[in-house]
Amino acid sequence: MLSKHFSEHNFVSGHTACAGCGQALAARLVVDAAGKNTIATNATGCLEVFSTKAPQSSWNIPWIHSLFENSAAVGSGVESALRYLGKIDKVRVISQGGDGGTSDIGLQALSGMLERGHDVLYVCYDNEAYMNTGIQRSSLTPFSANTTTSPPGKVSTGNPKLKKPLVEICSAHHIPYSASASVGYPQDLQRKVKKALSIRGPKFLQIHCPCPLGWRYEPGLTLEIARLAVGSGLYPLIEYEYGKLTKVFKIPKPKPVEEYLKLQGRFRHIVNSQEEVAKIQKIADKNIDYYQLK
Amino acid sequence: MKKFLEGSQAVAKAVKLAKPGVISAYPITPQTHIVEGLAQFVADGELKSEFVNVESEHSAASAVLGAEACGVRSFTATSSQGLILMSEVLFNIAGMRLPVMLVCANRALSAPINIWNDHQDSIALRDSGWIQFYAENHQEVVDFILQGYKIGENPKIMLPVMVCMDGYILTHGMEVVDIPSQEQVDKFLPPYNPPYKLDIDNPLSLGLLGDPTVYMETRYAIQDTLNNDVLKLIPQVSSEFESIFGRRTLKLVETYKTEDAEVILVAMGSVAGTIKDVIDEERSKGKKVGLLKIVTYRPFPKEEVFNILKQASRVGVIEKAISLGSDGPLYTEISALFSGEKNSPQISGFIAGLGGRDITEKTIQTVIELVKGKKTSCIFMDLNKELLWEDFRVI
Repeated sequence: MLSKHFSEHNFVSGHTACAGCGQALAARLVVDAAGKNTIATNATGCLEVFSTKAPQSSWNIPWIHSLFENSAAVGSGVESALRYLGKIDKVRVISQGGDGGTSDIGLQALSGMLERGHDVLYVCYDNEAYMNTGIQRSSLTPFSANTTTSPPGKVSTGNPKLKKPLVEICSAHHIPYSASASVGYPQDLQRKVKKALSIRGPKFLQIHCPCPLGWRYEPGLTLEIARLAVGSGLYPLIEYEYGKLTKVFKIPKPKPVEEYLKLQGRFRHIVNSQEEVAKIQKIADKNIDYYQLK
Repeated sequence: MKKFLEGSQAVAKAVKLAKPGVISAYPITPQTHIVEGLAQFVADGELKSEFVNVESEHSAASAVLGAEACGVRSFTATSSQGLILMSEVLFNIAGMRLPVMLVCANRALSAPINIWNDHQDSIALRDSGWIQFYAENHQEVVDFILQGYKIGENPKIMLPVMVCMDGYILTHGMEVVDIPSQEQVDKFLPPYNPPYKLDIDNPLSLGLLGDPTVYMETRYAIQDTLNNDVLKLIPQVSSEFESIFGRRTLKLVETYKTEDAEVILVAMGSVAGTIKDVIDEERSKGKKVGLLKIVTYRPFPKEEVFNILKQASRVGVIEKAISLGSDGPLYTEISALFSGEKNSPQISGFIAGLGGRDITEKTIQTVIELVKGKKTSCIFMDLNKELLWEDFRVI
């Protein structure tokens, strides 16, 4: 099935995302920064579902969704076709997916795309759980977060694992550019998209996208929460070029993680425990030290 | 030009003549020689294609999906586990109405792991919306690929095509095969020009969410295209092919000495050759036996199958696949055609050649004898009874 329409933005309103959806905002920032000469592939997930219910579509650039785990592989095929057609210098390819579609089920296809050196920017919209199926844990769900498959209980304090270091995993493919961004800092985000697309070869960008429904906070707080994640050191904004850390988003006065945690229902079970909050503060401190964020 | 070629090399040459812009595949026995041949053509500059060495069959199918969506002709090949790993994408490709070409080197499915021939892999994909042709020999494989592109890419059709060739028997066997000239193929097969594609000058969204208000119509549309348009188009394309290449190989079904046959055997793929030899012998003894070879399995040519079989008194369906817990899929479908018919032949089903077990002339002769007896639905031929003790169930 296909759909067609016209607007100024490359991703337009009228879709069915929840109020305050960080991913919808991030997607618009990405494709607007990318420009009209872009073809996007999309993994199955919230973004695909809320933007393209037949016969409508929010995409004002050529866009294709196939399956959950193959956005990077479809992107590889699109890029190869453009190369064959002699259009690879004129048309940019962006492959997109959520955190589950990228870091779990789609990781093999992503690794293959990066390793083969396709001229594709892969964008991972990281809302830190499988939101489309109703808030299940992914390998990018943060430590202690309450999801429906990592619930707190008598012997559990929520998700027992740390986030998978996906920016580093992609960077380890020795690609020209691997970075993280946040929907809370739109200018930085769009600069990174433009920078990535100015480079030929495989690129990776992971964007932190708060989810009011899944994280359980008031929809008006999306940007504030996104900034607190960065400002506390829990979501470092970093840039790698050919495997080397070249730039970080500085946070001279890091905020205590508690300020970030207390706004979200997914951390409600630990915010009153000094011991549990301290564990998360340790993660932030480690990031601040490791990436020299101060 | 006639050449003595391995089946896989013949496939590579046929695909080269079709000039796909993107080829993507993953190694699997016994398919691998096909893409090795194509990789060499690309490496030698004889074929100007993007050859994408993917990390799995799932990604191979996904890459050709992406290429095809950009309006670029593509090719992939696989076998057995690879086809099953692709299966999620294959259903998706058909639903997205993208005319990908896939050659399946038919091989048994694991477990136990077995690299030899049967039809279980592609039969498992029969419900996917792909057009499926089953080849008897190298010439048919070559011809089906060229005609398959033309049929699948027809703007009225826009469906993917799977050309099925028996693993090892055809992929590794050597035969004389007529490889057409590029001029002939160019005359027959126009460049791919799809009615929709990913294009920055005309931005379309492909692969939308189809809720309960539209999903059924998309399924109906595929069914309608297969059962009406494809069944009509195959003979037309075959005639056009014949006018340029001088032979008619792609059919819905092929008959061999069925005109006055009392017993008609039904089969698909390379075993048809063995069956024809047995039929010649039987005929020399005055026995009226014939063969109905199913060439086009999807869409299933119900009318043709019915009209040919209705004249026989006995029908024996020999197949290299089984719906475990039921009967052979082809037997079931053929039986359904005669459901409620007064003058139905007696139809019996036989499972043979699973996991590469040889189907010999003796196997076929035994089937003919059994067909003349009591109706049976699912007899396993050539079982080694000594191996059927309990401990053998787990290997």
